[in-house]
Amino acid sequence: MKLIFDKSVPGRRAVRTTDAALGDAIPIDRKMLRDTPAELPELSELDVVRHFTELSGKNYGVDSGFYPLGSCTMKYNPKVADLISQLPGFADLHPLIPQLPGGEVMVQGALAVLSETGRLLSEICGMAEFTMQPLAGAHGELTGAMIIAAYHKHKGNEKTTILIPDSAHGTNPASAAIAGYDVKTVPSNADGVIDVNALRSMVDDSVAGVMLTCPNTLGLFNHHIKNIADLVHSVDGLMYYDGANLNALLGHCRPGEIGFDIVHVNLHKTFATPHGGGGPGAGPVGVVERLTEFLPTSVVCAHDDGSYYLDYDRPKSIGYVAPFYGNFAIVLRAYAYMLMLGAEGLLRVSENAVLNANYVMAKLKGHYDLPIDAACMHECVFSASRQAADGVRAINIAKALIDRGFHPMTVYFPLTVPEAMMIEPTETESKETLDAFIDAMIEIAELTKTDPDQLLACPVTTPVGQLDETLAARKPNVASLGQSENGDD
Amino acid sequence: MPFIANTDAQRQEMLAAVGAESVEDLFANIPPELRCKGLDIPPGLTEQEVRNQLAGLAEHNSSGLISFLGGGFYDHFIPAALNTIVSRSEFYTAYTPYQPEISQGTLQAIYEYQSAICRLTGMEAANASLYDGGTAVYEAIMMSLRVTGRRKVLVDDSVSPIYRKMVRSYTSNLGIDLMETQSREGLPDRKAIADQIDDDTAAVIVQNPNFFGCIDDVTDLAEMVHARGGLLIVSCYPISLGLLKTPGEMNADIVVGEGQSLGMSVSFGGPYLGFMATRRKYLRKMPGRIVGLTVDAQGREGFVLTLQAREQHIRREKATSNICTNQGLCALTSLVYMSLLGKQGLAELSGICAHKADYARDLLLKIPGVTIRFPGRWYFNEFVLNLPMAADKVIRGLFNRGLAAGFPLGRYFPEMNNCLLVAVTEKRTKEEIDFLAHSLEVML
Repeated sequence: MKLIFDKSVPGRRAVRTTDAALGDAIPIDRKMLRDTPAELPELSELDVVRHFTELSGKNYGVDSGFYPLGSCTMKYNPKVADLISQLPGFADLHPLIPQLPGGEVMVQGALAVLSETGRLLSEICGMAEFTMQPLAGAHGELTGAMIIAAYHKHKGNEKTTILIPDSAHGTNPASAAIAGYDVKTVPSNADGVIDVNALRSMVDDSVAGVMLTCPNTLGLFNHHIKNIADLVHSVDGLMYYDGANLNALLGHCRPGEIGFDIVHVNLHKTFATPHGGGGPGAGPVGVVERLTEFLPTSVVCAHDDGSYYLDYDRPKSIGYVAPFYGNFAIVLRAYAYMLMLGAEGLLRVSENAVLNANYVMAKLKGHYDLPIDAACMHECVFSASRQAADGVRAINIAKALIDRGFHPMTVYFPLTVPEAMMIEPTETESKETLDAFIDAMIEIAELTKTDPDQLLACPVTTPVGQLDETLAARKPNVASLGQSENGDD
Repeated sequence: MPFIANTDAQRQEMLAAVGAESVEDLFANIPPELRCKGLDIPPGLTEQEVRNQLAGLAEHNSSGLISFLGGGFYDHFIPAALNTIVSRSEFYTAYTPYQPEISQGTLQAIYEYQSAICRLTGMEAANASLYDGGTAVYEAIMMSLRVTGRRKVLVDDSVSPIYRKMVRSYTSNLGIDLMETQSREGLPDRKAIADQIDDDTAAVIVQNPNFFGCIDDVTDLAEMVHARGGLLIVSCYPISLGLLKTPGEMNADIVVGEGQSLGMSVSFGGPYLGFMATRRKYLRKMPGRIVGLTVDAQGREGFVLTLQAREQHIRREKATSNICTNQGLCALTSLVYMSLLGKQGLAELSGICAHKADYARDLLLKIPGVTIRFPGRWYFNEFVLNLPMAADKVIRGLFNRGLAAGFPLGRYFPEMNNCLLVAVTEKRTKEEIDFLAHSLEVML
């Protein structure tokens, strides 16, 4: 393994900067300048291209193969959306232009994208209005929690607590906490969904809201959802919908019609924008009518003549959550995707996502334990408890899948299932791909009985084997600092 | 249907395997009264139709202006090799690197990014990215509260007004004593800060170059803050660090900033890149993902996400931050950009920006009635002019000549209605700068 800094050759250059001819001496006091240049690598353009091409060979994306990472909705990302995002009319548009006097007329196309995307998402989610500002799913959750706080402040409610089920994503409690709320955890029942009786005992006047994922992280739709919403609303609490699993419901069920007041959607999941190895994503937030006045500033509005403007005069707004209008180029991609699907396409997305997940579940349930043996929605959750008894844990199954050419499923989540293996195939995968994955999973299940040691040695096809995470955390080396300093302790 | 592979025949086979008669059966768990009655969304379009429609919308935007707009978001030249590398789908279509053995590409790139950010800022540890420069300032404030156990924060008003608004939104329910100090003649006022700082001050936040484009040496401020047991947070513009004294050299404790200028287009507001770096001693207090170097059983070096005990998926409501998805691909973009520019290239680029701004400033100040707002200060590539009339009016007038002349400071500073913030990057040619000066002179 060689770092890009290790390949540096003093004096070598890649990109040449243009016309330095305006003057020689730097027009800034010497005292304000750094002592030595930043120790960035010195390479040719070809050196740089080869370095990163080599690194890309040590990676795996949806375009490489099957990526059933549960809760992450790793569907195919249509290429035309990327092309559109690079059109100069969008890519070169400075975000401050609409803040200039007379600037709004110069950004009408971009404002139309924001407004229309909001309209489509509102229709899909049964909400009154959306903001595109939140920059990721968790950022949407924080925005939602801030809207909950603004609502209660406006009503004069003294609320301190947000309730979150034990099966929730970790971002839910973290987001509620940094918005200033106490978090209480609601247990799940034997059916894998939130325990309504437990919830009833926890709902009191201190409850500001409940954050739920629906279907939940076990891929289960809670048919008591309306009762839960009524219960929460009875103390003037708000229902927050974590849209991580919206891919299961598109066109079949709208969060706003089953009792939810606030929704975030992950455009990098349901709406097919690329995940980029960990981002950027986008987490637009939608609200019902009575909460629209609390949405972040600015808000895209339309004049009577149909032209758009940005409204900054929002006295009850929670304020700015992003510098401008969100991760615009991501919103744009999602808009292109929705335009291509149309109403019919959206329905087919969720139907095929749900069918693919149920197919994988049906084919594997003879081989792995199924904690909740019921029809799932867009993802299914197995437990490797049976295999763990033979010494092969979920993590080993994951690594064995890598050697068989697949990206592993999510493991050890949700926390409510021991040795959890959460599989989300998505609608874009073919039956042939699913069958190949199923065969690999069955072969691994057989090997746990006949040759577990072979599985414990996985992966063997990758540039490195299982890495020592304890060492990484105990003696952290998080940067190579160059000649002057050393990154090691 | 677009992007769905299975045929009707395959769906029938799969339904048989599942034991369902129709796909509809699989939605039986949703009670009928909770089902959607239909979406009011038009039929789907073909790829060609969508491309044409959106190209039409793109043309409704005026992206062809000769722009002197900055304000924290800058139009720098982007080398072609950058897009080629970043578009590689092994990077582009991967998720967060939860499985390190097949994510060494992303992980090594992030480690190198963290290293490059440290080298650029003069710090010792960086995280894998935050959403943008504004959320990075907010995260730095939250981190300073964790480090010091205190509740009071001073933000100078020479920090971007957009970021100050964001910080105010985020902290309004948290019982934090967030105070603004008033800058003096374009720089943080040492006396005002000394008067307001006390033993409950967790951090002082400044920006360099600041929102007015003025450069400062804040070594003395670091000393003042440290003497009271607080931290100095510096927000900075990474291109300027090709030349300027680093926050590390000035003894800052947390360095943040907007990384957009490192190879990302302005894209009407995002995606951008929040970066954060700090001292090693505060590593475990940092928010966000961090990549570390380690070894496998055979002693081969490799990279993993590390110190995850700080994060939401482990610590839930006790995590240092709620961040999960970050700006991974933007971090990669900035690393590729810094690699293509290189050690000499970034220093040179930084110098060109400073020179061009210097040339523009000299020329504009020759126009009768135009003066510099903060005389005696040093500037990098942005500066504030006093105009003999409202900046709004000037901007409107110059739009007609195809110029975005700058940002009118009156929008955020009511007493500065006649002030124009002008930014110059290497993309602006001498002819364009001359045209701006000529057009402004004609107008005044």
